[in-house]
Amino acid sequence: MTSNDLMQLGFYLIVLILLAIPLGRYMAKVLQGEKTFFDGVMGPLERLIYRICGIDAGQEMNWKQYGLAFLVFNLFGLVTLFILQLVQGRLPLNPQGFAGVNWNLAFNTAVSFTTNTNWQAYGGESTMSYLTQMVGLTVHNFFSPAVGVAVLVAFIRGLISRQGKSLGNFWVDTTRVVLWILLPLSLIFALVLVSQGVIQNLAPYLTVHTLQGASQTIAMGPVASQEAIKMLGTNGGGFMNVNSAHPFENPTPFTNLLEMLAILLIPVAQVFAFGHMVKDKKQGRVIFGAALVMLVLMLGICYGSEIAGNPQIAKIGISTSSVMEGKEVRFGVVNSALWATVTSATSNGSVNAMHDSFTPLGGMVPMLNIMLGEVIFGGVGVGLKGLLIFVILTVFIVGLMVGRTPEYLGKKVEGFEMKMAVLAVLLPSAAILLGSGLASVIAWGTSSIANPGPHGLSEILYAFASCAGNNGSAFGGLSANTQFYNVALGITMLVGRTAIIVPTLAIAGSMASKKIAPVTAGTFETTSVLFSGLLVSVILIVGALTFFPALALGPIVEHLSMWAGKAF
Amino acid sequence: MSKDTGFDRALVTQAIKDSFVKLNPKILWRNPVMFVVEVTAVLTTYFAIKDIVGGQSSWFDVQIALWLWITVLFANFAEAVAEGRGKAQADALRKTRSETIAKKLVGGKTEDVSAALLRKGDIVLVETGDFIPGDGEVIEGIASVDESAITGESAPVIRESGGDRSAVTGGTRVLSDWIKVKITANPGETFLDRMIALVEGAKRQKTPNEIALTILLIGLTIIFLLAVVTLEPFAIYSGAIVGIPVLAALLVCLIPTTIGGLLSAIGIAGMDRLLKRNVLAMSGRAVEAAGDVGVLLLDKTGTITLGNRMATEFVPAPGVSPEQLADAAQLSSLADETPEGRSIVIFAKEKFNLRERDITALGATFVPFSAQTRMSGVDLQGREIRKGAMDTIEKYLREKGGEMAPEVKAAIEKIAKQGGTPLVVAEGDQALGVIYLKDVVKGGIKERFSELRRMGIETIMITGDNPLTAAAIAAEAGVDDFLAEATPEQKLKLIREYQAKGQLVAMTGDGTNDAPALAQSDVGVAMNSGTQAAKEAGNMVDLDSNPTKLIEIVEIGKQLLMTRGSLTTFSIANDVAKYFAIIPAMFMVTYPQLGALNIMGLSTPQSAILSAVIFNALIIIALVPLALRGVKYRPLGANVILRRNLLVYGLGGLIAPFIGIKLIDVILTVLHLS
Repeated sequence: MTSNDLMQLGFYLIVLILLAIPLGRYMAKVLQGEKTFFDGVMGPLERLIYRICGIDAGQEMNWKQYGLAFLVFNLFGLVTLFILQLVQGRLPLNPQGFAGVNWNLAFNTAVSFTTNTNWQAYGGESTMSYLTQMVGLTVHNFFSPAVGVAVLVAFIRGLISRQGKSLGNFWVDTTRVVLWILLPLSLIFALVLVSQGVIQNLAPYLTVHTLQGASQTIAMGPVASQEAIKMLGTNGGGFMNVNSAHPFENPTPFTNLLEMLAILLIPVAQVFAFGHMVKDKKQGRVIFGAALVMLVLMLGICYGSEIAGNPQIAKIGISTSSVMEGKEVRFGVVNSALWATVTSATSNGSVNAMHDSFTPLGGMVPMLNIMLGEVIFGGVGVGLKGLLIFVILTVFIVGLMVGRTPEYLGKKVEGFEMKMAVLAVLLPSAAILLGSGLASVIAWGTSSIANPGPHGLSEILYAFASCAGNNGSAFGGLSANTQFYNVALGITMLVGRTAIIVPTLAIAGSMASKKIAPVTAGTFETTSVLFSGLLVSVILIVGALTFFPALALGPIVEHLSMWAGKAF
Repeated sequence: MSKDTGFDRALVTQAIKDSFVKLNPKILWRNPVMFVVEVTAVLTTYFAIKDIVGGQSSWFDVQIALWLWITVLFANFAEAVAEGRGKAQADALRKTRSETIAKKLVGGKTEDVSAALLRKGDIVLVETGDFIPGDGEVIEGIASVDESAITGESAPVIRESGGDRSAVTGGTRVLSDWIKVKITANPGETFLDRMIALVEGAKRQKTPNEIALTILLIGLTIIFLLAVVTLEPFAIYSGAIVGIPVLAALLVCLIPTTIGGLLSAIGIAGMDRLLKRNVLAMSGRAVEAAGDVGVLLLDKTGTITLGNRMATEFVPAPGVSPEQLADAAQLSSLADETPEGRSIVIFAKEKFNLRERDITALGATFVPFSAQTRMSGVDLQGREIRKGAMDTIEKYLREKGGEMAPEVKAAIEKIAKQGGTPLVVAEGDQALGVIYLKDVVKGGIKERFSELRRMGIETIMITGDNPLTAAAIAAEAGVDDFLAEATPEQKLKLIREYQAKGQLVAMTGDGTNDAPALAQSDVGVAMNSGTQAAKEAGNMVDLDSNPTKLIEIVEIGKQLLMTRGSLTTFSIANDVAKYFAIIPAMFMVTYPQLGALNIMGLSTPQSAILSAVIFNALIIIALVPLALRGVKYRPLGANVILRRNLLVYGLGGLIAPFIGIKLIDVILTVLHLS
């Protein structure tokens, strides 16, 4: 490891934390309906929206009503986006004259964007019209993270409520998150990106003649506006097929840094916001610490493996062992490793290098990050929910050891909570294992594989993990735009999304009605460094052990083979 | 009964028999983890037999199948032993009752019926020498009853109708006189029956936390089931062949069999520990709640103080020597059989070496305490010595033409302020001085309370005394708070207040007026000597009627939860090592490179898999004593306990299987079993 790389990583983390702390405080204010700087502008806008949509902002919802609102809203979004894609050929803002998208790809994409996955089985610049990109995809880039934060807030309300029922109002929470948090942030960010050379236009694609005399088509489009929310909202669905490796999406090292910061900004800030909302900042810090430890650990493995590279390349003598194939030379190894780690730690899924080309262990890190359940900060809103599910599991397993029935924030964790927590962990894992198990033995599944052997298995595993974790990044290599994968992965994304959100809302509803036991010397402390460590252990043991057999047959064996001189 | 950790032979024999009976899937279904192991064992056995019949006998598959069955049997054995010990305890209590013939009153005449046939509401006559046929309430008569069968206390107790001493327990014996008892429980519903149900695995209701833990264990089992089942397609993709026995072995090693196998035994053993201390719990829920208790309401008398006031000081009037006062005080108390009176005699002897004298030899006449005079004393050779409360003695002196010295009055006031009871001694028209009667706080109780405080439990003293007295005793005993001049309503209110703050409250009680508070509290321990109403209201009964036991009950509750948590952690931590044993072994043929994961250096793939399975089975039986005994309990704060248990069971759980599996591997290799 060079000291330059180390400094870059350290700088990144420090800036990230310095930005996330004040944003966390601001988010807590917004979510608790306190006064903020933007009230003058957004207040009237908010009331206007409620009037147009006929929303009763004063309505208090219990968990079932909240959950129903969530499902209805997403179903509506899914169906409209599905139809929009089918008929885009007949709609305006389509200078390239793209035809309607076929049904299974449209289904896959509609699910992908409503669930905050942004799995892209298509190439953006060669499939989607500007109208679809802006009205369809970018709109969901706002709504899907907003919904994530809304259900997170509902969950937190359940934890702090004293024998109540209400979790708040889904419509109000979603609207406020968009207006007060996502819009201002992405507006600023988009402007900065434009200043750095990210394009923003509605012009037709350019055809240029290269020096060799060949002609080349250069894609245009409203990139900056989508790029900003793509990063901030842990969406990750690029305007261009190669995502943030494309110079129009990510032109300079500065935008590269900014975009990486944007990926983790809200996921980290929401952990601090949690501390504010439960009136105990330490509770937030403990979770932050646990997630940070895992992030650094994973980053270390990924970076270390990429630096060590492939011994066989070194043997040939063409370069050092570090692998640059599939990486943007503008960013180098360290920024590729960092991006890969943070984009998979959160459910962002944007890429600036091709994970498929990473060393086996380097490529395993993003996969493992996703398989753990997107809990290394995770997605906007849902990431912290996933973390809190693991907190509840940790409290339950370890808390008993102090001689009291387990409780978190003074609330007892009982059978119902356990049932829901287990479902939230079990269903996404089941979707990954069953989906990739199926795909690895049927021709529909294996025919899409680019590389044989363990690497091919990694490609399949990665695809299902990415969809179940609502991450959306692709390992590459796998031709995913087939009827089988479009449908199978679409279902996996739906399972991954609802399996976290609905059970956690149920937990919130049940927790809301409970008493809060005061803290005494006999209480299991959830604000200690020890607890952070325990949380990490439980996540690693429960999360990683589930996938250890599969990973052993994929990247681990590939890694061992590589060092033994065999490539796939 | 053998000792806490001991197993006697009959018990073990029975438990082994039961282990096989429990293989019945209908019974085993209650334990989902073990049920999965059994299904796996059946599958493996089927394939092993099929192979043998097909002529390609595989000694390895047979061994795997065998060890899977042993795993189930070990888990069954754990439950059976716990059950056996609980039942033995309960049977000893129950034995007397079933053989009893009751004299049932029907239309004014008695009729002999078997005690087992008595129903709620039946009235029976119990005479001298008879056993009381069932739990009930005395509705007529008074009798002395020998309750040693259930309490171990040999001194007989008085049971009479009305008041707080009306409850009787089945199996106890009337020593003198007769009583009519109204039976209050149907057969099978008595306290004892309910307790027995808590230690019988098949009928036992799981406690709320146990249910929640079972859900977690089922969840983990399903997750690992998926991980193992999907390994088959991955293996097919990779071109590897993985046999059913190997997959079965991996599955059983990964699912939480240790805690799954011991969970029931831990629960039963917890109930058993209560039973050993002569406490009957109505539900497992109450025992769990005991672990969560944050506030203990303790009756002052009997729990915090010895229950009787004792003389601790003589304060003489001006011009009277302390010996003179002591002498008069002792004389006046010689025939006084109250505990206070006895304490005065003894204190005078200890302090001034005044020997006890025989009151008849002195020719003295004893004047006993009466409701009219409210004094007691002695008339002796013209001397007239009286002792009593200040106002009574003052009136008595005034009648004699005397007056109480202001110094004496000051002394009285001072004693009252310190929480003591002043008793004035007078001779003729002169007050000789004051005896300081003090409520003596039990030895060691203060340390006990500070232990509780370290555990995060508040103690509240409940007393009928005035606030002044109460405060003094509260300070001496070191309780956190007190409720003086307590009425049942106030007690109830106090409990509700704490509960509203999210605390769980435990209390003891014996009187009918305690019933509402007992019912309201989360852990209500009724004294066996108390009324039927109190017993019905509480969720535990202490057969020894010892209020201090509340503290032990809390400890048992905590220990139960700790044991459960520690073994769960141990079980889950174990998985890491098992992966490192089995995964490389499974794919050794296809991917020899995976041998790098064989960090234990296990000799062959077969012995690696076998060693993991054997370790997995043996660890269950090895932990049975711990499950029955419970993890060591120390009265410390949550953080200290956590760190200690984590080190032992968390870290231990991580490391132990690495060592264990390696050892077994070495043994297998030496024995050529693989």
